[in-house]
Amino acid sequence: MSTADAVAVGVAEAPRRAHMSIWWRFRRHRLALFGFVVLGVFAFMAVAAPIVAVQDAFEVDLKNIKAAPTFSHVLGTDAAGRDLWARLVYASRVSLAVGLVAALIASAIGTVVGVVSGYAGGWVDNLLMRITELVMTLPTFFLLIVAASLFGRSVINIMLIIGLLGWTGKARLVRGQVLSIKELDYVTAARAIGAGARRISIVHIFPGTVPYVVVSATLTVGGAILSEAGLSFLGLGVQFTTPTWGNLMNAAQSLYVLKHQPWVWLPPGLAIGMTVLSVNFVGDGLRDALDPRTKID
Amino acid sequence: MSNYMIRRLLVAIPLLLAITIMTFTFINLAPGDPVDALIDPEFFVAGAGDALRARMGLDKPVHVRYLIWLREMLTGNFGYSYQFGVPVLSMIKDRMIPTLELTVVSLVAATVFGTALGVVQALRQYSIFDYSLSVGALFGISIPAFFFALLVLYVFVAVLGWFPSYGMQNYAERFDSWWPKFIDHAHHLILPASVVAVESLAGNMRYARTAMLEVMRSDYVRTAQAKGLSQWIVITRHAFRNALLPLVTVTTLRLPSLIGGIIIIEQMFAWPGMGQLSITAVGNRDYTVLMGLAFFTAVLVLGANLLADLLYAVADPRIRVDEQG
Repeated sequence: MSTADAVAVGVAEAPRRAHMSIWWRFRRHRLALFGFVVLGVFAFMAVAAPIVAVQDAFEVDLKNIKAAPTFSHVLGTDAAGRDLWARLVYASRVSLAVGLVAALIASAIGTVVGVVSGYAGGWVDNLLMRITELVMTLPTFFLLIVAASLFGRSVINIMLIIGLLGWTGKARLVRGQVLSIKELDYVTAARAIGAGARRISIVHIFPGTVPYVVVSATLTVGGAILSEAGLSFLGLGVQFTTPTWGNLMNAAQSLYVLKHQPWVWLPPGLAIGMTVLSVNFVGDGLRDALDPRTKID
Repeated sequence: MSNYMIRRLLVAIPLLLAITIMTFTFINLAPGDPVDALIDPEFFVAGAGDALRARMGLDKPVHVRYLIWLREMLTGNFGYSYQFGVPVLSMIKDRMIPTLELTVVSLVAATVFGTALGVVQALRQYSIFDYSLSVGALFGISIPAFFFALLVLYVFVAVLGWFPSYGMQNYAERFDSWWPKFIDHAHHLILPASVVAVESLAGNMRYARTAMLEVMRSDYVRTAQAKGLSQWIVITRHAFRNALLPLVTVTTLRLPSLIGGIIIIEQMFAWPGMGQLSITAVGNRDYTVLMGLAFFTAVLVLGANLLADLLYAVADPRIRVDEQG
């Protein structure tokens, strides 16, 4: 085959191959695959909660208060006699949703700020980056506590607050990428044929930042789940009536529960740890799979 | 050098102002105020709330209140706690030292151990040691700090009974000399400090490993090896110093979240610091205390950033600080 043929074949097949190779490379990352499967299990648990839970998560059973695990209540019951396994399952809905939505909000803001800042340059860049630095120096968890308890503790509020405080890292990352993509020849070519700033930044520059945004957004899901859990554990997150993993662990603030009823706080803690660990594995795997420079095996 | 410092300090002032403005607006945008937290609705007399609000100055518009706060703050008056009637400054002064102590001890532990382990990992890349520590580091950043704290409390306090579960001193005991008092204090400090340290330690380890791997592949390290220097000298003098640079930056970036994470740990171990105070203040809607806390937390973070810049200059001789100033 001549060089010209090889180039022609390469060009024709490039998109499909690139697509295939990302999945192939991701699959070779065993921990990432493991994380992917674990997340799948948790996602199924959340979606099919009414089936997986078996029992009602809100039904109060006054004859069975603070019961140890038995055959009918596999993880025991809480102070109101509600089945803890059912609550754990329903909690995965809220905890996962908060993580996902908060990460989406943070990534959306971060990407827009980063692309605008990197492409516009000049005073716009300067202003946006100073604001980013300002938000970065804010003691985030302190503000989370203040905001969550002052603005009300609905699930939506918690999502918004975590998302609104978590975009800074992404803004800087995207801006850096935009600055380097901006200098590439195809962008100059687009400008030369008369494309406007909006078209160039949306059609030509934004797609180049997508892999980085995807990796960073994945890792943010883990961070957001941790933030929600921390807030709820302190009793300052989502209101108590809604089960979340953090809320379930709140009971362990009492030394008695901590010492004598580990089945109350251990399972939700493990669920949070497993989820965040899996998210981090998947994030690492995606980073390696999307970056053609890293060698796999 | 001093020029540079002065310039950095001047830049920090608008940043500090911006932070106080943001917190102030934030607090005042929220529904409810300290009067709601003070008045018992059962004994509510019509108009009593408004009278109280007027006495506290809460009837004035937000920007006027902020300017009053700013004016008083500049003279060193941070106001009085709505809940306890005590000067905010003295409340925070009592809480600052325990928080600083917890922060500094855990930060130093995390930096020293994290860097050392990461460097050894890089030097033994792909060994079992490297692999298990990498997985361990992922666990470290994935397990929520408060869950780790619960596990530690369960094992070392509830089951083994090796450590006290709360406070920073055995308040029931009187100590004759400083040594047993110091030991008792350290005994209380170990658990919370380790819990705070773990997360940063794992992060440091990852960065130290990457940075060290990168540096070991660079030309000047190869040159040093080619010159026939011993591996030890190459690692300590040539490689390690350069690998340190990104660590300084990473540590600085992580400071706000470290200080945030300490809030949970202080609450769990009843460590009487600023974090514990902020949880109480939020519950009571104690605006003045919250403003004071926001201000001093920001001062802590900005001060640490300044310190990191200086460290950076020490670690990297290419940065001639006095030339920039």
